[in-house]
Amino acid sequence: MTPPDNDVVLTLEAITKVYSGTVAVKHADFEVRRGAVNVLVGENGAGKSTLMKIIAGVERPTSGRIVLDGEPIDFTDAADAARHGVAIVFQELNLFGNLSVAENIFAGRELTRGLLGVDHAQQERRAGELLARLEAGVEPGALVEDLRIGQQQLVEIAKAVSLDARILILDEPTSALSASEVEILFRIIGDLKARGVAIVYISHRLEELIRIGDFITVLRDGRVTGRERIADVDVAWIVRQMIGSASKDFPKTQVHAPGEEAFRSEEVCLPRLSGGYEVDHVSLSVRKGEILGIYGLMGAGRSEFFDCVMARRPHATGRVYVEGRLVTERDVAGRIRRGLALIPEDRQREGLVSLLSVAANLTMASLHKFLIGFHISGARERKAVSAGVRDLSIKVADPAQEVSALSGGNQQKVVIGKALMTNPKVLLMDEPSRGIDIGAKAEVFRTMRRLAAEGLGIIFATSDLDEVMALSDRIAVMSNGRVTALVERSDANEAGLVAASALGRSVATQARA
Amino acid sequence: MTTAQPAMRRGAPGSGSLALNLMKLRTFIALFAVLAFFSITAPNFLSAANLILMSKHVALNAFLAMGMTFVIVTGGIDLSVGSIVGLCAMTAGGLILNGLDLHIGYTVYFNIFEIIGVTLGVGLLIGALNGFLITRLNVAPFIATLGTLYIARGFALLSSDGATFPNLVGKPEFGSTGYGYLGAGRLLGLPVVIWLLIAVALAAAYFARFTPLGRQVFAVGGNERAAALSGIRVTRVKMFVYMFSGFCAAIVGLVVSSELMASHPATGESFELNAIAAAVLGGTSMSGGRGTIGGTIVGAFVIGILSDGLVMMGVSSFWQMVIKGLVIIFAVVVDQAQRRLQQRVALRQMVRD
Repeated sequence: MTPPDNDVVLTLEAITKVYSGTVAVKHADFEVRRGAVNVLVGENGAGKSTLMKIIAGVERPTSGRIVLDGEPIDFTDAADAARHGVAIVFQELNLFGNLSVAENIFAGRELTRGLLGVDHAQQERRAGELLARLEAGVEPGALVEDLRIGQQQLVEIAKAVSLDARILILDEPTSALSASEVEILFRIIGDLKARGVAIVYISHRLEELIRIGDFITVLRDGRVTGRERIADVDVAWIVRQMIGSASKDFPKTQVHAPGEEAFRSEEVCLPRLSGGYEVDHVSLSVRKGEILGIYGLMGAGRSEFFDCVMARRPHATGRVYVEGRLVTERDVAGRIRRGLALIPEDRQREGLVSLLSVAANLTMASLHKFLIGFHISGARERKAVSAGVRDLSIKVADPAQEVSALSGGNQQKVVIGKALMTNPKVLLMDEPSRGIDIGAKAEVFRTMRRLAAEGLGIIFATSDLDEVMALSDRIAVMSNGRVTALVERSDANEAGLVAASALGRSVATQARA
Repeated sequence: MTTAQPAMRRGAPGSGSLALNLMKLRTFIALFAVLAFFSITAPNFLSAANLILMSKHVALNAFLAMGMTFVIVTGGIDLSVGSIVGLCAMTAGGLILNGLDLHIGYTVYFNIFEIIGVTLGVGLLIGALNGFLITRLNVAPFIATLGTLYIARGFALLSSDGATFPNLVGKPEFGSTGYGYLGAGRLLGLPVVIWLLIAVALAAAYFARFTPLGRQVFAVGGNERAAALSGIRVTRVKMFVYMFSGFCAAIVGLVVSSELMASHPATGESFELNAIAAAVLGGTSMSGGRGTIGGTIVGAFVIGILSDGLVMMGVSSFWQMVIKGLVIIFAVVVDQAQRRLQQRVALRQMVRD
């Protein structure tokens, strides 16, 4: 550990944050130095976002202390933190699409001329100056919703810069930027550094971190596992600290011989609005009884690939085969009939109808199975529901209960049960363990194993290394919409997967491309 | 309001708490409250003749409210139903009185069953137009049905230049007599309208609970994205609800003109608001996903009995409007309170588990 010095503007001491039962951050220490880029790195769910939200005053720590300029401080909310000079650029953009760029930048602190109202001319002039510095090529009067996502990101950064913050938190700022925009951002960061601003920088792109960072803090499972000067470390060291040696406890692979091909995609493409591809010629196959894990970071194109397979994106091209036969159906209902089923990543928005009962959610996609003529047979439906509840051990006293009353894990089981009731041949699971606790995770994984053993082809996407290593028979790595690696489980190693998941994302390769 | 629960929801255990149960039954309680109140204050209120008369009044609104319930459950709204009532009344009246002039020297006269069929078809057609605008052209339901409200009313007025089609007795030589049976006829001592209402209500409640399309209406309203991802054809579901709403409005158009034996182009003005009020009073959530046919029928009866009872008490019609408004607002406030209470109970249960 580096000795304390007076460059430190903000210190987190022994911060612990507990969310309803799960510990997100445990006894984490973190120092933010002025005039430097302080890097935070870790896998998804390692606690980076939580730590960052605590610095920005969005969340308050359960225990531990925040010290600002040598004084202990307690940010009551984000506005309070902002008053103390902390600005944050979230990965998910927080812009008003229906307002102009200038209005967005000055949202909540509009420049006014007394009673004459908002001084739009002044706002647009100031915004124009800021954007010119960022070389964003954006008109201050343009509507935000008309901008490309990369430009929106620059607007968000301009907004943060305009606050004259002492501490600027950037959460994956480059994830949506093009290579040239990244260069501009790095110049701005250098400029801010020179003016003594402390920058907290979060990114998955390891090479980028090595290039831009000054100090690095690595998080794993909510604990700080490494703190060094960037000058003293390399990518391999970061990966080691991120992954650790001990693997989490997952159910062991049941050995069974995979059968014939259940699913194959050929050259599936999804063009991006701003050019290039969100899904870039993805060809994958999975056999009956096989689990194919797709490892990749957020925005690697995994969910988009699933969307293409389920015909949810009208502009997607490429071919999909189920059991060797070309799938020609152009809508979700047709694809489900052909034996494809998707467990979406966002349970609340796409998986469940939270107003309805557990039973209604379970049978929603397969009502035709219970029909006698046009009549839904209550008896058949109840039988199917209780079978589903039993098979997946969904913990619910009465299936007539509203599904929103269930815990995350049990809700996930309901979504899986709904998909299984359509008798799929191929199950696509997008982040099946997201937002559920450890116990439920293990159960979901056991279920996946069992289903594979019963002859289902399963493709699941995850950004958790342990998960993909423990569950998959084969592993595909996606990055920037492309499959960058495809290996047998036995040949896979964690460092190789991490390296493949960063391919095409690093600044160097982007600049070359 | 248990007739058409979207799924089996027989008394979830532990959802107890007396207050919650009272709130869940609030529409019934309101119904009994108005019945009790008026039977004391208004003479002859409980006489069979009066009850039947009131039911006939209520039936008109109840038909519209059922169609409206399905529309609102999908998260939409149908403002055009009042105008469809008017247009359908004029369609039926015009066909009985003048037939269909083909403008080539011939006029086609239909028999009474064909006329009823054509009129129902007009209702379905405008419903389909609503559905098309909303699903294919992405027009917001409020705007789309506001547009068809004016269009349908305009055509109703155009059909007679604003005049009434009087005296719809029909012509025996074309088999178009007997129109009045629908509005004034009786079957086993009850008006035909009441039987019709019972039949449509039972069919709608059955549909909501025991047919795939009915279930899908609730899924689409609860979470359109999840429904679509479950293979539900959202477009088809929405087309259906607007067409059913148009169909119900056509029935009302037939009934009204049959009762009066005349068609006036202004028939049904502002009926859509009463229908929305009945649905909301019956527990239909304006944000979609929640609502029952049974609840809506009870809601329609509460509103109908309230206004008829106040008339019998001699309350001024101006005060009636104020009271109706207060009842609707009160119903929604209680609805919100129930949601909150229900959530608290559910959370408590989760903690216990």
